Amino acid sequence: MGSAVSFLGDGVLRHLRDVVDLPDLTGTKYRLLGRLGRGGMGAVHRVEDRELGREAALKVLGVPDESGELSARLLAEARLIAQLEHPNIIPIHDAGTLPDGRVFYVMKLVRGERLDEWMRHPAPRAARLRVFQRICAAVAFAHARGIVHRDLKPENVMIGPFGEALVMDWGVAKILGAARGQGPPGTVPPGFAGAGDEAATLDAMRDRRAPTGHGAVIGTPAYMAPEQARGEIDRIDQRTDVYALGALLYFLLCGRPPFEGESVAAVIRAVAEGPAPAPRAADPGIPRPLDAVCTKAMSPLSDARYASAEEMSSDVDGYLDGQPILAYPENAIDRVARFVVRNRALVLLVLAYLIMRVLVLVFAGR
Amino acid sequence: MSNPSGPRPAGGGFPTTRVSALVGARSGNAEERSRSFDALVAAYWKPVYKHIRLRWSRTPEDAQDLTQGFFLRAMQKDFFAPYDAAKGRFRTFLRVCLDGYLANEHKAAGRIKRGGDAVLLPLEFEAADGEIRQRGIPEPAAMDRCFDDEWVRSLFSLAVDALKAECAARGKEAHFQIFEAHDLDPDPRPSYADLAARFGLPVTTVTNHLSWARREFRRLVLETLRSVTGSEDEFRREARFLLGWDPP
Repeated sequence: MGSAVSFLGDGVLRHLRDVVDLPDLTGTKYRLLGRLGRGGMGAVHRVEDRELGREAALKVLGVPDESGELSARLLAEARLIAQLEHPNIIPIHDAGTLPDGRVFYVMKLVRGERLDEWMRHPAPRAARLRVFQRICAAVAFAHARGIVHRDLKPENVMIGPFGEALVMDWGVAKILGAARGQGPPGTVPPGFAGAGDEAATLDAMRDRRAPTGHGAVIGTPAYMAPEQARGEIDRIDQRTDVYALGALLYFLLCGRPPFEGESVAAVIRAVAEGPAPAPRAADPGIPRPLDAVCTKAMSPLSDARYASAEEMSSDVDGYLDGQPILAYPENAIDRVARFVVRNRALVLLVLAYLIMRVLVLVFAGR
Repeated sequence: MSNPSGPRPAGGGFPTTRVSALVGARSGNAEERSRSFDALVAAYWKPVYKHIRLRWSRTPEDAQDLTQGFFLRAMQKDFFAPYDAAKGRFRTFLRVCLDGYLANEHKAAGRIKRGGDAVLLPLEFEAADGEIRQRGIPEPAAMDRCFDDEWVRSLFSLAVDALKAECAARGKEAHFQIFEAHDLDPDPRPSYADLAARFGLPVTTVTNHLSWARREFRRLVLETLRSVTGSEDEFRREARFLLGWDPP
């Protein structure tokens, strides 16, 4: 025992670990260019589509899957994304099984930054809010098709070179009851429940699971809704994503997630117990209407949240246009302040005119 | 594809089992139990030996005795029987057992007791010491990771030998030689054109052979891992670590 066993030096071992993980693209139209990243159950590689002469991103199942459960889930994710043709959702080009038996799908290669990276550069608040509205548009589109993302977070949003926002990683998405089995044949299979209503995803097994209530926690703690943190799977619907949008808005306004803690369990506990902190507690310079939008979206009671991502986006739009918004009932002072901000030039003109009149009266009276 | 339940590879490295060796080690069938135990020893003896040598700073002679003693005691006293895959990784469990065993042995300091008259396992300690010399003593900060690092090295080494044996058995020696020249040789790594010239093959054949060998190698790495893990969940988690996705 042992005489034939080769000794592998550290460098060779590192290389072999890389090699073992690489997708086998033999006989496919793709050529491997490099690894982009690794997620819960899959790795994403930059590849060249040799037939079309363009680069793309190939996601391949990275962990062993004897039961075939993860393969089915990755293919289901591919079919789900294929159903969501929207400018703010990353488009999918191809899916299948590689010669090494691993399933894969190919999507558009987005050259840009993840939202958390993008936020490291200073950007005006209005620009950040416009990005947020694009995210809302993607989420609203998915909701209209009965699909809840369940894992909205800065790491799952790419910002392209022209400021376009693309929502990615639909691996734990859930198709709501009424929408299951709908859609064109050969897309999302009937009965498919995204990451599964009951099953814990590998993401969850890795670092996000906490056995609670009725099931396993799926999502990223700092951005997840309380019902998700409590594992109340039957209560998850579009408003669960609305909560995550509120948390994303918090991140865009404050530069950090609404909940932070020393451990995943501590964050989950804080989320589950709520309520979420108000953005103005972190930064009193944040306008009250935006604070109200965030607070409404992140209400612990799902019925108190916005009914839809569209409604929330509309409030942000209203704020940007200087209009009254649903989340923030104004008093007289607020109305005047908003009028002043919205009609700054007119107000300045009137003020200048009044000052001139006063000066004329003063000097004429001498 | 190799037959996992077939004869042992010619390289003599890893006695493969269709089921997990952790399950097989508790089997009522003596042959299955013995094969499973061999599989566990094959995968773990080097990490155990190097852990004793480096973490416990024992001499080669002491470490050899203790390694033998640990596995023999594990077999006789069913050390691994309480292992529950739902509660953690076998790798961690084994290390805890080992440290407990070493602490007890340290107190007893009974070298004779360890070996006794038992039949010794045929472990090539000289090779392991050669590897320690070749790799050097890890930094103190890396010492804690020594067992895990050596476990990864052990599984990959077993898979390399299994691949070599499989290629020999299937008349695919050229596939292994190309894999060896490209992936197992230290720098500089040869180009496909270099390999094509060296083996007198077209470049496309070189890349196809290499792809085949890597595909088989991946399968063998995971097959080896599968046989020393206790559940699907542990298998996946250990695979993530083995492939460099997760820290230990």
